[in-house]
Amino acid sequence: MSLTDLTLSELHDKLRTKELSSVEVTRAYLERIAAHNAALNIYLTERPVEALRDAEAADRRIAAGEAAPLTGIPLALKDLLVTEGIRTTCGSKLLENFIPPYNGTAVHKLRDSSAVLLGKLNMDEFGMGSSNENSAFGPCRNPWDRERVAGGSSGGSAACIAARLAAASLGTDTGGSIRQPASHCGAVGLKPTYGRVSRYGVVAYASSLDQVGPVTRTVEDSALLLQTIAGYDRADSTSIDCPVPDYRAALRNDLKGVRVGLPKEYFIDGLDPEVQRTVASAIDVLRDLGAEIVHVSLPHTDYAVACYYLIATAEASSNLARYDGVRYGRRVTGEGGLIEMYNRTRGAGFGDEVKRRIMLGTYALSSGYYDAYYLKAQKVRTLIRQDFLDVFAQVDVLATPVAPTPAFRLGEKGADPLQMYLSDIFTIPVNLAGTCGLSLPCGFAAGKLPIGLQLIGKPFGEDALLGVGHAYQQATDWHKQQAEL
Amino acid sequence: MNSEYEVVIGLEVHVQLTTATKIFCGCSTAFGNAPNAQTCPVCLGLPGALPVLNRQVVENAIRTGLATDCRIAPRSIFARKNYFYPDLPKGYQISQFELPICEHGHLDIPLDDGTSKRIGITRIHMEEDAGKLQHGETPATADSSFVDLNRACTPLLEIVSEPDMRSADEAITYLKKLHQMVKALQVCDGNMEQGSFRCDANVSIRPWGQAELGTRAELKNINSFRFIKQAIEYEVERQADVLESGGKVIQETRLFDSTSGTTRSMRGKEEAHDYRYFPDPDLVPLVIDADWIERVRDALPELPEAKRARFVRDYGIPAYDAGVLTQNHEVSSYFDTTVAAGADPKQASNWIMGEVQRRLNDAGSEISAAPVDPAMLAGMLKRIADKTISGKIAKTVFDEMWKSGTDADTIIEAKGLKQVTDSGAIEAIINDVIANNAPQVADYRAGKEQLLGFFVGQVMKASKGKANPAAVNDMLKKKLQE
Ligand SMILES: [Zn+2]
Repeated sequence: MSLTDLTLSELHDKLRTKELSSVEVTRAYLERIAAHNAALNIYLTERPVEALRDAEAADRRIAAGEAAPLTGIPLALKDLLVTEGIRTTCGSKLLENFIPPYNGTAVHKLRDSSAVLLGKLNMDEFGMGSSNENSAFGPCRNPWDRERVAGGSSGGSAACIAARLAAASLGTDTGGSIRQPASHCGAVGLKPTYGRVSRYGVVAYASSLDQVGPVTRTVEDSALLLQTIAGYDRADSTSIDCPVPDYRAALRNDLKGVRVGLPKEYFIDGLDPEVQRTVASAIDVLRDLGAEIVHVSLPHTDYAVACYYLIATAEASSNLARYDGVRYGRRVTGEGGLIEMYNRTRGAGFGDEVKRRIMLGTYALSSGYYDAYYLKAQKVRTLIRQDFLDVFAQVDVLATPVAPTPAFRLGEKGADPLQMYLSDIFTIPVNLAGTCGLSLPCGFAAGKLPIGLQLIGKPFGEDALLGVGHAYQQATDWHKQQAEL
Repeated sequence: MNSEYEVVIGLEVHVQLTTATKIFCGCSTAFGNAPNAQTCPVCLGLPGALPVLNRQVVENAIRTGLATDCRIAPRSIFARKNYFYPDLPKGYQISQFELPICEHGHLDIPLDDGTSKRIGITRIHMEEDAGKLQHGETPATADSSFVDLNRACTPLLEIVSEPDMRSADEAITYLKKLHQMVKALQVCDGNMEQGSFRCDANVSIRPWGQAELGTRAELKNINSFRFIKQAIEYEVERQADVLESGGKVIQETRLFDSTSGTTRSMRGKEEAHDYRYFPDPDLVPLVIDADWIERVRDALPELPEAKRARFVRDYGIPAYDAGVLTQNHEVSSYFDTTVAAGADPKQASNWIMGEVQRRLNDAGSEISAAPVDPAMLAGMLKRIADKTISGKIAKTVFDEMWKSGTDADTIIEAKGLKQVTDSGAIEAIINDVIANNAPQVADYRAGKEQLLGFFVGQVMKASKGKANPAAVNDMLKKKLQE
């Protein structure tokens, strides 16, 4: 067994008992990154020298007996998380050389606990995409099949877990951007409740939907990482001051007394038969563990994708206005005045999908259309949220597929944005409702393509969600399967 | 002004709040620092940065709302106003659109005929200011523009009136009253040159008797009371000319040019804005409970109107004096403090409106910088009241206090200005004066009583002003009748 096979919690134990040093583990990861990153395109920015320096500092802290839970653990971050002094591209040409002067809150917490930062991970530009093909720096490849997508937008965050190129990572999830790639790559991806993790220093795509979350090998690792990054932050007015439970203490081995709901709208005809079969067996496992299975309904599910593409694009059209070439990032100069500079800079800096969403959102907010689109979508969002609140009066968690299909081929859906948008059909409602969702491996489609099970929890019910996920992983070994590189 | 038309004016006033820090970040709001010295990720609009509302800004908005009898919204929201400009770092301004913090208020203004008129306040909302652009001043930078974001994210209140004003003079009266009020409330320093109090005017005209409003023009960029009057008067004439010549006034934004005293159209690109307002998802709805409002109400400073009434009622000074003294917050506090230090209110009022104000005008300075503070003025007025010095000598004492910053008692002592009240000493002088002016004494005794002033003058002169004028008067009368 190699050092890079250890889970985060195993590493933590071995580092604390000094059975291993952070430098040793970090070096093992750096070697693996050097060997495989070129083929997989997972890291956009590597930190071979600085990561070792981080590791040395972590070892000193451990030696001083001051280890925090993540001290010395080699982690990687989606390139949407702002890192002081480290290039933060957001997968965009526009920010290709942008070096932020500050750390976001989640990053600050990781740095504070002396985690080792291996580098920044590939992603769809500004978080917009479901395949990582919208990265300005080329798609991140799926370690299980390099001709297939890793999913998106946090493709790098999920692929680095499957490829063992980091012990754990952070991604962001606006409509499924953590859970869908985790599903495609056989990783555990958690989208926390809106307000659970600070968004300060997370480059905004759609502010009312974005949330940072861990991508890990096991549910237990997810609990460990969430424990460090969760909590109220004064710097984010939308973060919520609600106590952070001990997530590891909430992990359980059986599901006696747990009511698991199956929303009928998530088990539809268009579902890939292998996904259908795999998720059905996962539900059998939950039942065998003692869970009571309840059939429920989320009646407004059909409107979620349309609702999402109005709200997310509207917010994005405003959030991305700051990339104007005036203060930072790329500026394309030339003939003409200010308007021409804006047009050239944004024209050359943004990719097609980003431009498409800015245009959609601008349209939805325009006078004369606002009521029919943006306002209507907000009303629908309220109904969708209410669906979930109603259902959680009957059950503790929901179990659903994460994505309608396993990872598709690179280029397969590139020509049809609508097809691509439908790959988030089961994850989007969770963001609209503002609650939490967990994606965990539950089997493989033929050809060894991972398939994920989604568990959806009540607002601030991450502990229950992690509890159910952990029990499932105690009974199965899907999460222990490894992609061969 | 053309009298065939009725003039209709509504005003939008931008008031810069005097909070120590900006509305959505912790940067200082101080004026005049090096460009971009007062910035951080939030006010620079860096990727990932988020706004956090400054509680003091809300408090100031509530104050202003209460002082104008507005309804304070229990729940209000911030919205993004989207447009591109290099001084706007995020590509949108955080403002309020639907559900502003204050609505449905009013301000009563005095009219020339002694009555007052109620001007409706439609709404007051909070927003952030933009930065400043500077154009290159050296040959090497002549083609360049520079962005200074020190002012970006500075808190503003926008106070929007109903179209209730009917003349430029009414508009000025309203603005002056509002200006006085925000200063008295200590929410704004009122500095118009630095842009702390700026005004846009919506002006339209309509034939007398017509119910519906005419098409309005929005006049922007006006930063003094004089210019506002000029701009409105010019605009009224212009619109009347358009109508007279059979044309139609078009709704547009016009810039006031202070050098020519005219307004010019801003038609074109700047005009074609669709701001795409929507609720800012980075800020949660602002909830203000009744307790908070009551706490602010209890702490509300006394406003000019209430102060004026109190001065008349408690100090017994004439309404005219009270009006003058309460025009300026600093002046009224100066007066209050002087009286509190033991001065006679009417005397204090006379001196502040007279000598103090005259000297300030000559020096072009503010009362806060006066070398004679309220305690010093009160000290001198007490010496008049207890007859240590006469009113005439007081002028000399005051002059010296102003020059040296020394208190009255020290000056009176050092210069020997103490009034002579010793009747023996005065009597001796009077006897001399009567002896030396026999013809006038004869005339007086023959009935020319207006000569009394002459004798008083002679006695005062002989005493070098130190004799008590009242005592001199009494004793002279007695002696002359002997
Ligand atoms: Zn700032």
